[in-house]
Amino acid sequence: MTVEAATPQPSPAPGAEAGPLLEVEHVKVLFPVKSHTLVARTVAHVHAVDDVSFELREGETLGIVGESGCGKTTLIRTLVRLIDPTSGAIRFRGKDISSAGRRELEPIRREMQMVFQDPQASLNPHKRVDQILGTPLKLRGVGKDRLQPESRDLLTRVGLSPEHLNRFPHEFSGGQRQRIGIARALALGPRLILLDEPVSALDVSIQAQVINLLDDLQDEFTLSYVFVAHDLSVVRHVSDRIAVMYLGKIVEVSSAEELYSKPIHPYTSALLGAIPIPDPHENRARERRKAQGEPPSAINPPAGCRFHTRCPRATDICRAVEPQLSKYAGGHIAACHHPQNVSSTEVTAATRSDASPLSAGPDQPDYVP
Amino acid sequence: MATSSAPGTDLSTEISDALLGEAVELPPGLGPWRLAWRRLRRNRVALFFGGVFLLILVLCLLAPVYAKHIAHQGPAAENITGTVKVGGKAKDVVSTTGIPVGPTWHSRYFLGADENGRDVAVRLLYGGRNSLEIGFVATAITIFFGLLVGVLAGYFRGITDGIITRVLDVIWAFPAVLLGVTLGVSLALGGIGPLHGNTLMVPAVVVGVVYIPYVGKPVRGQVLGLREREFIDAARQQGLSHARIMFSEILPNLGSTIVVFVPLILANAILLEAGLSYLGAGVQPPNPSWGTMIADGIRTIPAAFHNVLVPGIMLVLAVMSINVFGDGLRDALDPRSKVRIAR
Repeated sequence: MTVEAATPQPSPAPGAEAGPLLEVEHVKVLFPVKSHTLVARTVAHVHAVDDVSFELREGETLGIVGESGCGKTTLIRTLVRLIDPTSGAIRFRGKDISSAGRRELEPIRREMQMVFQDPQASLNPHKRVDQILGTPLKLRGVGKDRLQPESRDLLTRVGLSPEHLNRFPHEFSGGQRQRIGIARALALGPRLILLDEPVSALDVSIQAQVINLLDDLQDEFTLSYVFVAHDLSVVRHVSDRIAVMYLGKIVEVSSAEELYSKPIHPYTSALLGAIPIPDPHENRARERRKAQGEPPSAINPPAGCRFHTRCPRATDICRAVEPQLSKYAGGHIAACHHPQNVSSTEVTAATRSDASPLSAGPDQPDYVP
Repeated sequence: MATSSAPGTDLSTEISDALLGEAVELPPGLGPWRLAWRRLRRNRVALFFGGVFLLILVLCLLAPVYAKHIAHQGPAAENITGTVKVGGKAKDVVSTTGIPVGPTWHSRYFLGADENGRDVAVRLLYGGRNSLEIGFVATAITIFFGLLVGVLAGYFRGITDGIITRVLDVIWAFPAVLLGVTLGVSLALGGIGPLHGNTLMVPAVVVGVVYIPYVGKPVRGQVLGLREREFIDAARQQGLSHARIMFSEILPNLGSTIVVFVPLILANAILLEAGLSYLGAGVQPPNPSWGTMIADGIRTIPAAFHNVLVPGIMLVLAVMSINVFGDGLRDALDPRSKVRIAR
């Protein structure tokens, strides 16, 4: 059996390097809003991603959650440079790729692959599976005679039958198509896979299968994931750390368990309150914190804390000063002037995180009992 | 062997089956093209008219054989003073009053003669050759350049799109016939390089250029939609070049549009060629074409209407068969599509 030989061999993990795999520093993505009266001119900007910083270690899974339109998808599309960042730095293994050209990006793209949201749209309807997998395999330098066995091996690894090679995408179910999408990402032998809501288009039962598959693949190939979803219950299962985004900014980052047991930012509690519980009695009985109203427009975001328009704890300082990201015990960081679920000692011990937006005020959070 | 059932349900056995290597090879999946062929095969009317067009094509290609072995007369051979036997009696090919003989239904002058004593049947086939040749060359030009500019405009958008769209608008702004007459006359008289005088390439290029926007614009629209699909993003983040994405990711998706456009453009090109030739801006005498034959025949309509009727019927038959077949093709390729050519 040639399974071992056919494994997409990633470049040897640089174990000696202690640095993070991916560093994102103060990345901003602004989309111009144009007015087309006679001549197109920019009248405003959509602040899709506004000064976001985080880092990802080798083998780690970072979940990114937030409402629709909060900039999660824009963020990870920027990471693979499908969208160019307006400012900020994206470092992959220490190399800044935020303005690299196509040829410069080529070796990095092999290590950084993306799985898309819509399995129907992400596969070319006029290509058979062997062609879909063949393109990245050839890019990796796999010889013509090895294409067939390598593709078969990839299909087996994502739980499809190798005979499906000569099929067209329309002959598969949604879950199967997403598996092909995952196989395509694996074909280049990546170290990091960016998953853009990989299961939100699938049935709940299929979601579990695909998530388990992603889990297995992570162990097998020591992959790192950035997992974007709007569904906290899905993210919880796969993530080591979770970042919560609101209107283009990261408002809280913590380990997965702590985010659920001890949400510091009021927006995080509102998100947690929105997870449906399958038992109607329990669902009705629990006390929910809700975010009131709709998220404001990203073209003209509110001053100060962006969440103040919907926050039950908002005060004057929230309307005036943008909160810094404060680092609490255990690496839990949150951007809130009036944090919840923390003791007064924890609040006083909190320090300003390097990930704080450049425009954030110097004010320390205060303790509200 | 679980082949089409949901994966993961019986993953381990499925994988072990596969790894044993004894798995049965499945037949190749049916691609969009094969599915379309299946639908087309059921459409008898479209297939019949496709056959009619094929028959016309073959007959026209066999024109030299007909001229040599049956009519014994070339397409340009005049025979004003000659006679032909009709029902055992010798008859003037062109009477002293200038009226040409009607259809004899014999090998010579099967469909009658024109006012110069030329064999209408021979000229019909040779004319068909010219008309169809111009039609096919024009269609090839239209499709090639329409695709090229449409894909470039739709893919790159911005300034490229702006320039291409404006140029197409300028071509589109002129009525097809008016533009054809202008270009045809000026090329025939002045000429650019090999495009001058009475070569068939002049009307072919003119007709081809006139229809470029009719293909370029819809292709551009479709590419604008396609480029937003996630499989294009997938190709981009694999690091494929623009040329590669356009050629191997976008182009295959335009295949059905192109196949639908070919008969539409072909039918229109043949019609436009006939129109231009009729007006004297297309095929130049002595070359025959259906359009010039109708133009010549107009003068003798009262006495010998077969000179107009014969090429006219042929023209209608050819264009209609292409159109009906093209409609069937469109329905087969995309039952929901609304591709129509504006005239």
